[in-house]
Amino acid sequence: MIKVEHLVKKFGLRTAVDDVSFGVEKGTVLGFLGPNGAGKTTTIRMIAGYLPPTSGTVMVNGVDVVANPVAAQRQIGYMPENTPLYDDMTVSGFLRFIAELRGLRGKARDQRVADIMERCMLTSVRHQPVDTLSKGYRRRTGLAQTLLHDPAVLLLDEPTEGLDPNQKQVVREMIEQMAKDKIIMLSTHVLEEVEALCTRIMIISEGRLKLDSTPEDLKKRSASYNTLTLDVVAPGADPATVLAQIPDVAQVDVVQRAGDKHVLRLIPRDKQSLAVSAIEVATQHKWLVTELRADPGRLDDVFRDVTTTADVIRQSA
Amino acid sequence: MRVCNQVRAVAKREWSAYFNSPVAYIFIIIFLALAGFFTFSVSNFYEAGQADLSRFFFWHPWLYLILVPAVAMRLWAEERRLGTMELLFTSAVTPGQAILGKWLAAWAFLALALALTFPIPLTAAWLGQPDWGVIAAGYVASLLLAGAYLAVGMFTSALTRNQVISFILAVVLGLFLILAGFQPVTELLSQWAPGWLVDGVAAFSFMPHYEAMQRGVLDLRDFVYFGSVVGFMLFLTHLVLGNRSGR
Ligand SMILES: Nc1ncnc2c1ncn2[C@@H]1O[C@H](COP(=O)(O)OP(=O)(O)O)[C@@H](O)[C@H]1O
Ligand SMILES: [Mg+2]
Repeated sequence: MIKVEHLVKKFGLRTAVDDVSFGVEKGTVLGFLGPNGAGKTTTIRMIAGYLPPTSGTVMVNGVDVVANPVAAQRQIGYMPENTPLYDDMTVSGFLRFIAELRGLRGKARDQRVADIMERCMLTSVRHQPVDTLSKGYRRRTGLAQTLLHDPAVLLLDEPTEGLDPNQKQVVREMIEQMAKDKIIMLSTHVLEEVEALCTRIMIISEGRLKLDSTPEDLKKRSASYNTLTLDVVAPGADPATVLAQIPDVAQVDVVQRAGDKHVLRLIPRDKQSLAVSAIEVATQHKWLVTELRADPGRLDDVFRDVTTTADVIRQSA
Repeated sequence: MRVCNQVRAVAKREWSAYFNSPVAYIFIIIFLALAGFFTFSVSNFYEAGQADLSRFFFWHPWLYLILVPAVAMRLWAEERRLGTMELLFTSAVTPGQAILGKWLAAWAFLALALALTFPIPLTAAWLGQPDWGVIAAGYVASLLLAGAYLAVGMFTSALTRNQVISFILAVVLGLFLILAGFQPVTELLSQWAPGWLVDGVAAFSFMPHYEAMQRGVLDLRDFVYFGSVVGFMLFLTHLVLGNRSGR
């Protein structure tokens, strides 16, 4: 369990993290979202016991991180931004070193390192110096390092930043695998990531928590949520005018028209679902509906909204 | 004990980091070459025909002045530059353990380099009958001196991510610690400063302690002195590293 209360971090006059409070329960994959410079790294560093907060408290599994960083760190696996690694070591040498710092020795250490290398698909590069690894393998080594002591909490700062799409997919799958009965908190400014992975989303901007919700809820906030796009063949009729009569429809746009074929966009009054009533109307008039798409909502709309408006929306997940 | 394990893990890593790069070998070769050159060519060890090593140990403070900062400069500056310090200090290691581990590893490395000068006492034995007690005391003094320099270099390394800056700062501090008690300098100072002040400043210097031990006088106070320099410098390192800014 992570419990953060009134966390503040000031660098000189600049407030990087401004009164942030939240709690995270076991089993959660929390996406910590925000534009560059929002304060994600600073927040995570304070939870990891690396940076002391200016004020506020952080508890990890009941341990106060500020008062007892080492005890808290035994519960935490942390991958810092940009995956710093000891470049002069080999992959297995590096993992053995971290395992020793984590209190493992001898056979137990070697066994654990071998297991983790297997799980993170690093066995083939285990004798390779870290500075010769490709970015994907480097990131996997960074992830492997967080798992050695089987921590209850994983903090991953921008885990897929700078990877190509295939490498991103591999890292995402690894995170999915790790997720069971842990808390994972990952920061990112990539939206597809949170959609793919997270059960909960927090958006931070200018050091303040702007929103705390689930991906589904968030998408509903998107302006285009449930906008219906309809391809319809309506001989000798004007479907746009007819469909505009539906009470829930606020507006109908004609996207395209070619003879009797119409492509229409129906915007709901209050983000209601329009599919059923649209099909009803079409059947009544004996029009042929060839395609029907309801907009699932887009996170980037919400993201842009939230991070550019000043007002704070707090909603518990 | 868990605490010791972590000190050992850090020390082991640091030790192998020296030998993972050519730096270790280059350092040892330069150290041995310079030690030999000064002892045999500059100080005319053979021609003097004396079976004692004072001409060898005389040069150590000056050799260490340049060479120990070169060994120490990467200890923390490199961790800062690579960002691995963040990894280290979030892996359930206290700064104290990490500092001690690194210092021990680098000190052991310097001890190895010093041990490789063994042909020089052997030569002395071949020239005549040296006092092995004095030679042993000389080696102990030199090892302590190296440890003290190392602690200074470790402190300056913690201050910056730039190894060159760390090196220069360490040389400047080291130079002060030599010169404050170096006889030509103290004589010059005593011409216009009161004697107690000159002596007071000199007491901070490596030199009187090193020279006394090197003559074969093992006084507890000199051990305490070197121990305090190391302790104080590691304490300052701890302060610097504990006050993390995140950059
Ligand atoms: N060590 C530091 N010293 C001074 N300012 C910092 C430091 N770390 C971060 N900042 C500032 O704090 C703000 C938040 O940074 P950061 O937490 O890195 O954002 P993010 O990870 O969301 O991109 C930025 O304006 C950054 O410039
Ligand atoms: Mg960041």
